[in-house]
Amino acid sequence: MSVPFLDVRGVTKRFAGLVANDDVSFSVSEGEIVSIIGPNGAGKSTLFACITGFHAPSAGTVTWQGRDITGFKADRVCRLGIARTFQIVQVIGDMTVLENVMTGAFLHAPARTEARRRAEELLVTTGLIDKREFLGTALTIADKKRLEVAMALATRPRLLMLDESMAGLTPVELKQIISLLREVRKRGVTLVIVEHVMEAVMQLSDRVIVLNSGKKLTEGTPREVVADPRVVQAYLGERYRA
Amino acid sequence: MAKRARFVVAAAVVTLLLVLPLLLPGPVPLHIMIMTFNFALLGVGWNIMGGYAGMFSFGQAAFFGIGAYASSWLLTAHGVNPWLGLLVGGVLAAVTAAAIGWPCSKLRGHYFAIASIAFAEIVRIHFNNWKLVGAAEGLTIPMAEPGLLNFQFHGSKAPYYYIALAFLAVGLMVSRWVATSRAGFYFRAIKESHELAMVLGISFVRYRMLATMLAAFLSAAAGTFYAQYILYLDPESVIILPISVQVVLVSMLGGAGTIFGPVVGAAILVPISEITRVELGHRGTGVDMMVYGALIWLISVYQPRGVWGFLSSLGRRKAPAPTAAPAPEARP
Repeated sequence: MSVPFLDVRGVTKRFAGLVANDDVSFSVSEGEIVSIIGPNGAGKSTLFACITGFHAPSAGTVTWQGRDITGFKADRVCRLGIARTFQIVQVIGDMTVLENVMTGAFLHAPARTEARRRAEELLVTTGLIDKREFLGTALTIADKKRLEVAMALATRPRLLMLDESMAGLTPVELKQIISLLREVRKRGVTLVIVEHVMEAVMQLSDRVIVLNSGKKLTEGTPREVVADPRVVQAYLGERYRA
Repeated sequence: MAKRARFVVAAAVVTLLLVLPLLLPGPVPLHIMIMTFNFALLGVGWNIMGGYAGMFSFGQAAFFGIGAYASSWLLTAHGVNPWLGLLVGGVLAAVTAAAIGWPCSKLRGHYFAIASIAFAEIVRIHFNNWKLVGAAEGLTIPMAEPGLLNFQFHGSKAPYYYIALAFLAVGLMVSRWVATSRAGFYFRAIKESHELAMVLGISFVRYRMLATMLAAFLSAAAGTFYAQYILYLDPESVIILPISVQVVLVSMLGGAGTIFGPVVGAAILVPISEITRVELGHRGTGVDMMVYGALIWLISVYQPRGVWGFLSSLGRRKAPAPTAAPAPEARP
């Protein structure tokens, strides 16, 4: 069997008496879009944090392209090619949109002119080029989320992990970000997304992993998962019952 | 057009600064200018760590003192040329900054500020009791042949004026490099959020230390200059909290996170503090500090972005601004 792109094995995270992740295992192949869904408090963000270096797992391993990266610090994880965004959107408020993306681009382009060129390219891709001189604080939530994706892409990741990038968007904005993420995948970036917006999950995902109370409940194609009575009961509710 | 105007203004300011010693009557205004340049240099240094990287140090006097003491002690005890002493002091201050910056690298906001005050107080008390460098009696720099080589001038203050101006120019070049390079972008990202910096691949420990070390080096250079200018130093004149506070004020009131902010701040605050001290201080009523305090209060209330921030926003308004109004922001 070949080495999996990202392999999460038996990851457990305990916080003083609370088990946020309990023996979670899954793997991601290159080029996939994998969604992680589950009710609030299921441990999705903790799992994200364990993979991206914000928490060290209490047990288990995270293997990235054959290399054990368990417990690596977040900046190191990023330099190895895994980028992420935050549930509560984070951009640099007193920088312009262009400068924000340049800050990410500097990782692999130490020279200013090259960082700027790459940043402008990404602003075209993400549809923010007309707003390049806006300050980060002046953007709408939807634009901030797009900017955050652009910043993450500027670090040239092989894997991009998005934490609720679609929450609170209008239907039009949702459509735009879905097509943006498809474009990102086309460019060879693998995606793992935590998402509550089922519409986006159904459209985008190749595979869905369901977490509940810190444990992996099931995984499968979007269709399989929404048809699973356990998933309906734990998370989706009667509305999704086939 | 805007570029050309800026060039004309810059050229006029530089020319004025170069001929100013010939125009000023007597030594007092020249002294005020020299102190202004020296505080501006301290402010430019602080601004790299405080303004760009968001580390609010209230302990820069420690590095000012380390620089002053390093060159002065090397000179008095071993006859080392003060220019060499300046480099040694700068490196020593940077190494000290790294040593203290490492354990403090995760402290943020207020906690960093408190740690910096504690650090500077430890340094002050240590120097007060350190026999090798004269303890509380301090060090007196022996008279030497005046000239650039010995960093000593006895007749006119004008040479000190030009050296202080040159130091400030170098400090501004460092600051400009920081502002426009990758390091400057990284500093600003760290100021916004450590988490965000990390997901952009930035080692915030490393870059915070870089900012601290640059600031320490520039502060130490200002310290050596001060020692060679006053020719005497003791802990209570260089490593004291009021100096640390003044450094912060100069940057904040001028405009933190801008290249020229600290210079503008120093140009406003240092003359005010010197003049109120000379004119009002001798009455022993503290009126000078009241006037000084009131002015700081006025600027902070009416122009919290700093004077330079205000001036550059005036300039920006004339430039074509982005027209589309940002929609009101929703909170998640």
